Amino acid sequence: MDFELTDEQKDIQKAAREFAEKTFPEVAEECDLNETFPMELWKKACDLGFVGVFIDEAYGGPGLGFLEHALITEEFSRVDAGCGAILTTTLGSEFILFSGREEQKKKYLPLLPKGEAIMGMAITEPDAGSDVASVSTTARKVKGHYVINGSKIFITNGSIGDYLVVLCVTDEGEKIKSKRLSPILIETNREGFEANKLERKLGMRASDTAEINFSEVKVPLENLVGEVEGEGFYQLMTVFNHTRVAVAISGVGIAQGGLEKAIQYSKQRRQFGSPIGSFQGIQFKLAEMASLIEAARALCHKAAWMVDHGKIDPKLISMAKWFSGEVGVKVIDEVVQIHGGYGYLGEYGIERLYRDAKLVEIVEGTKEIEKVIIARELLGR
Amino acid sequence: MDFELTNRQKQIRMAAREFAEGEFPVVAREYDRREEFPRELWKKACELGFIGLFIKKEYGGLGLGFLEFAMVMEEFWRVDPGCGNILLTTFGAELIQLYGTEEQKNKYLPPLTKGKAIMGTAITEPDAGSDILSILTLARREGDHYVINGAKQFITNGSIAHYLAVFCLTHPEADSRLKRFGVILIETDRPGFGALKITGKLGIRASDTAELRFSDVRVPKDNLVGEKEGEGFSQIMQIFNINRVIAASQGVGVAQGALDKAIQYVKKRKQFGQPLATFQAIQFKIAEMATWVEAARTLTYKAGWMIDHGKVDPKLISVAKYIAGEVGVKVTNDALQLHGGYGYIAEYDMERFYRDAKIVEIYEGAKEIEKNTIARELLGRV
Repeated sequence: MDFELTDEQKDIQKAAREFAEKTFPEVAEECDLNETFPMELWKKACDLGFVGVFIDEAYGGPGLGFLEHALITEEFSRVDAGCGAILTTTLGSEFILFSGREEQKKKYLPLLPKGEAIMGMAITEPDAGSDVASVSTTARKVKGHYVINGSKIFITNGSIGDYLVVLCVTDEGEKIKSKRLSPILIETNREGFEANKLERKLGMRASDTAEINFSEVKVPLENLVGEVEGEGFYQLMTVFNHTRVAVAISGVGIAQGGLEKAIQYSKQRRQFGSPIGSFQGIQFKLAEMASLIEAARALCHKAAWMVDHGKIDPKLISMAKWFSGEVGVKVIDEVVQIHGGYGYLGEYGIERLYRDAKLVEIVEGTKEIEKVIIARELLGR
Repeated sequence: MDFELTNRQKQIRMAAREFAEGEFPVVAREYDRREEFPRELWKKACELGFIGLFIKKEYGGLGLGFLEFAMVMEEFWRVDPGCGNILLTTFGAELIQLYGTEEQKNKYLPPLTKGKAIMGTAITEPDAGSDILSILTLARREGDHYVINGAKQFITNGSIAHYLAVFCLTHPEADSRLKRFGVILIETDRPGFGALKITGKLGIRASDTAELRFSDVRVPKDNLVGEKEGEGFSQIMQIFNINRVIAASQGVGVAQGALDKAIQYVKKRKQFGQPLATFQAIQFKIAEMATWVEAARTLTYKAGWMIDHGKVDPKLISVAKYIAGEVGVKVTNDALQLHGGYGYIAEYDMERFYRDAKIVEIYEGAKEIEKNTIARELLGRV
């Protein structure tokens, strides 16, 4: 056992913290207000090597692990989770990395860490969320092409992505739902593709979210991720095992950032003649918040380490994800509470944390789905 | 980073599990009912090397770490907390090993692992619990002896121990309150020593607890732990750092044991024509329990590992102890609930686990004290 980060990991963590602290605060509020994706920030983060750190060197990344990706995600989310969404610009690259053909890896991966392309993955549909095997977007084979029809919703980077991995039904005749599906790479400049940015999200407004329509979108057959059709559901589960760790730790980051603000505030704010931090009611609250964060972080680090060491543990990953999501929401609720009226207003940036934190309990598998997975591992079917 | 146990650690854990599963269940209920220390189990555990495995080889132990100790404690508590506390028969040995003189180590440590002696540490008094600086037990220096007078309360192994490490006022006149104390080793067969076993505890009834009286108990001055006077408080704080991790592992163990029983039960128990385990409300409860146990375990292992690597982190230790204590209470409560009426009666062990779990939130620093420690690290002195 060894519970310490390596020196390299500590360096990465520190660099990510410095970058976020230096660049996020000046744009965070505006990106939230205007619901704009921080393009400049994303470019800078790419220049500095923070984007796609898990991509192999052969495909333009530094070939680090998902633990390192998680460390960066925590540091970014700690300063501003919305701006931290610049790290989601590689969403879907895991599909290509794990299941893609060599040509696909060479074509689609190197652009991402360079800041030359943004991608996303389109899974959820208006009527298929947690029940992902029920997606109905079809990809029919017509004369050497797939022709895609259907619609997707809540798609991260949907209106700014250059290409998306889209989970489609390729075999409508297959009786077993989970064997009908295949991921297909779709460039967003293809005819028949249409994305509508979704506005007025509760939080994470710097992150782009869109609904997407595919009307007779034609892509070459070689855009199928991998060699065989019908593996999409299983490929997706593997991808989720990686992406959920990053989402989980974003909850830790938001909570940590909030805790630090609450500590600072409770040392300054005076009521009844003394700093509110001198009251045991506040002290215990802070102690509880810090303990939950420490527990959530330990689970995330462990889950990520296991992933990087070829020991994917879906139960542990799901534990890390629901726990961190809940810790984020719980801790930020207390952060707002400690700030009182000032927390409720926009000025301190605290109300934004409250809105941002909630997403972790919903995105990349709701916490209910995480519990379904954990229970299945413990109880069997 | 490396989140996997070494092969040695896995073997130790497996051996501890096998021993506990083989020995505890047949006697646990009876020792609980009789409120009796399981002497036979303790002897066997000594023979197999489970007792005092953190004691260095030259003093009769295995020279392992506190992480390994925590793992064994977890496995023991998973099967039965009361019986598991046979591991506390070395309570105070950490102190001697860390701060004692060579003579003290040679004299007091080897009997513990051999099953020839039981020890304890006496800190709490009737009027000084969390506020330990307020203890009143006085060790007055008379020539080459200390003469001890006072009373201690809630002392683990108090009525069965051969010697105790007793936290005393040795320098009540010292300006700094932190410099007024010494830890003195007191053999329980000394004249003037009296122990009264406390019965009717909520849980861990196989673990001995006593109130102690010292009336002009004379011990040689060499019984002061260490050579320097006035160091008692910092010594005790250091010991708390270690034993809080061990207490945390108890919370993890009792929670894991309750979870295991609950999983087994909900798969078998049928209501409305199907096993309880098929209802999503039950599934989610099980998922939440397991997650809390995993979180508490990871924190506890981390805290133990840090100690073994010379990086004692009082905040992390308090976090682990507080979370694990609460997890123990929460998870045993949920497990009892899942067992319904069967959980409430003695037949299924759940009611005992429910009673046992609570102690982790109280001893080795109440959870409120853990929160004080965490808050102080976060806020500094406000």
